[in-house]
Formats: sequence, C-alpha cells, structure tokens
Amino acid sequence: MTEDVDGLYQGLLSGDRRAAARLISMVEDSDDGAREVLRRLHKQTGKAHIIGLTGSPGSGKSTLACRLAQQYRSAGLSVGIICVDPTSPFTGGALLGDRVRMQELSGDPEVFIRSMGSRGALGGLSVATNDVINILDAFGKDFVIVETVGAGQVEIEVVKYAHTCIVVTMPGAGDEIQAIKAGILEIGDIFVVNKADREGSMRTLADLEMMVETKPAGPEGAWKPPVLSTMALDNEGVAELARDIARHREYLVESGLLTLKDAQRMKAELLSILSLKVEEAAGRALEDGGAASELVRRMAARDLDPHTAAEELVKILEL
Amino acid sequence: MSNKIRVLLCKPGLDGHDRGVLIVGQALRDAGMEVIYSGLKQTPEHLVEAAIQEDVDVLGLSILSGAHMALIPRITQLLKDEGVEDMMVLAGGVIPSEDAEELVNEHGVDKVFGPGTDTRDIVAFIRERKGSS
Repeated sequence: MTEDVDGLYQGLLSGDRRAAARLISMVEDSDDGAREVLRRLHKQTGKAHIIGLTGSPGSGKSTLACRLAQQYRSAGLSVGIICVDPTSPFTGGALLGDRVRMQELSGDPEVFIRSMGSRGALGGLSVATNDVINILDAFGKDFVIVETVGAGQVEIEVVKYAHTCIVVTMPGAGDEIQAIKAGILEIGDIFVVNKADREGSMRTLADLEMMVETKPAGPEGAWKPPVLSTMALDNEGVAELARDIARHREYLVESGLLTLKDAQRMKAELLSILSLKVEEAAGRALEDGGAASELVRRMAARDLDPHTAAEELVKILEL
Repeated sequence: MSNKIRVLLCKPGLDGHDRGVLIVGQALRDAGMEVIYSGLKQTPEHLVEAAIQEDVDVLGLSILSGAHMALIPRITQLLKDEGVEDMMVLAGGVIPSEDAEELVNEHGVDKVFGPGTDTRDIVAFIRERKGSS
C-alpha cells in the first residue's frame, strides 16, 4: 500500500498529526513509500533532544514519562513519546498499555504518544524506532522520549543512543541492581530511584551512588551521572529530573559531545539498517534453492563449517 | 511487508468495569493484533485523539454504564469531523438491541457485540473486514 508521498511529507511538516501517525504505521509495516518520505525529511531532523527511558517492568517509566512531558508542556515545549512494549514471539500480537499511565496527557495535541510493539524482526526494532524518532523530530517536537523495557540487547541499543539516557529503578529490587550492573550502568546518564516512598529506597539510592562513585573516573570535567529519587505518581522529584536533563544537554553542547553522540547515533542507525538488509537478503538467498541453500546442505552433511559457509554466502550476496 | 492490525480499546465515560474489555484485548492480542488499551474514564475527545495518534484500524468501545447513546454518537461524530473515514468502530457491553441497531444504522458503528459474545467472533469479524494480521 503506497500512499501519497508528497502529501505525507507536506502534511508532516505543516504539523498534521494524522500524516505523522500514518507515516509511523508505514515505517512499522516496512512500506517503501515511508522510505522516500524519510529520505526527504532527514534534513529537518536533529533539532529535538532525545531522551531514552529504560528500566525493569513496573519501575514507573510510563508515569515518569508522563510527568516529564507535563513539565515540558508547562514550559510551552512540545513532546513526542514512543512507548515500546514486547510483541509475543508466538502470536505476533501485543498488548500495549503504556497509555493507561499517561491519561493526563491525552487530549493535548501537542503531545504525540505512539505505542509500538517490538514485533518480530531481529534488527527491525532499532530501525523502526530510529525512524519514528526522526519522524517526531521533523514533526517539530522539542523533546522525544523513548520508553522501553530494558530487557534485551536490542531494547538497550535503542535508548543507548539517545542524547540523555535515564535508567529507572525502584526500591527493594536487590537483584535488579545486579542486573543493572551487568550492562545498563554504562549507558545511564541519569539514574532514578522511583517509588522512593517505598521501604528500602535509601539503600537502593546508596547502592547506585556507590556504583557511580566507584566507576573509573573519566577525564577532567566529565559528566558524573546524578542519582535522583522520585515519586512520579505524586510528581515529586520530577522538576529536579528535568533540571538534570537540561544540565546534561548543556554539558553535551559545551563539551562538543552532542555532535559526537549524534554521529554515534547515525553510525548505529546505519549499522542496524545494514544488518537488517543483509539479514533479509541472506534470508531470501537461503530460501530460493540456489547456491546459498547448497551451503546449508553441505553444512548439514558436515562437509562445510559455519564460518566458511558464512564467507561463501558473503561472496554469493556480493556484499 | 505485513500490515498488522492495530486496535485501540477504550472505556469511555464514567465506567469502571474493565474485565470484559481486557478479555477482548487478550483475545485480539492472541490473534496476532496489536492492542492498545487506553484505560478507564476517557472522554470522547481524548480517545479520538489517541485513535488518531496511534493510527489504529479498529476502535473498540466498551460501555457498561448505560451512557452508550450519549457517548458513541459523539465519538463517531468527532471521528467524522477529523476526517477519519476508514476506521472500524466496534462497541461492546450492555447495549439493548434497539440501541445497537440505531448505533449501526445511524451513527457509523460497524458492529455491536453484546454479553456472551465469543471472542473468536470478534476476531473473525475484524479479520474479515481488515485482512489478516
């Protein structure tokens, strides 16, 4: 289904939210028309500040995203929110419930909320999410918040390249801190202990501070991730969080890291699109019964090892 | 590639009973659709805005409060005002058959599913009109 590319492009730039919504659907469905629109609007991107929100399920990411958006709205700024929830690998279906926590934002046309299922394709999620970020950026949103479950590598990849990555946790999750240590610690620009009125919040706060303190110190003047406590439901600590995000943005601009981060994001985007393309091409080649499928047959016959087969496949695909 | 069916399920108005709509949501999810749930007590304006932003194929309205004749025509009118024409509108809940008839004939509702509906019938109805998910 290819739609009117000009109409969508013009609509998006003139602030038509139906054009934005339609374009996002096309991106999710890997529609060719979407690629043409994305090609044109790339020049219009690079203005929004991208915030990544990650953390375990139930830590309050959606509520926090809602409160942050309210904070920005009261300052007259516009916000786009992308909520990624898992797609069932068995049925391909998804139940996307993040809007339930953002009811106070609904009805405000200046806040564009989009729920996304992680869907099937391996690298597909990062490609689609990046596309949606770019659409909302070109759509003129001052802030784009990407909220995702910090469960898998791909999900972390998505928030890793945000300008400011916020890792959300909650009290009493001793094991969770262990999990955070295993990988998210490196990507957090700001750490938040949400639901701070719960028992054990001081302990969780101290644990996180300890981890930030014991991290090898960067160069002089490097960013030290603040550890904040919030009660998103009661709007406690949210103004401080917004202030730290602004402070982080300032740091990125002044240190020149913003340009560097942007380049990193472009590189990651390029690689994820490329790997998706390679994967698709390889998948097709292996299905069509030609020379590529012969490789698999030889592998199964223990005549060819996987590494050599992969090299052969690269030659067949003329990469 | 695939055009996945996206559904927004809503509880318009002052109505706190969401067991039914959540069961429908699970059934649609298990049928491979992407189901967005709006939560309780949505105004017509709010849920129409959400339906537009989420670009859904189907809008499902669950109403057990008895206010369906006030809420649903308002919702379909708002959709029309926004120029949304291709969105399927389904209603469910406690809706008397004469009201259901009026909603379908005069207010742009595609189908009303009453109590006791087999969720498979809802899945089949959506698939038939919107293609497989």
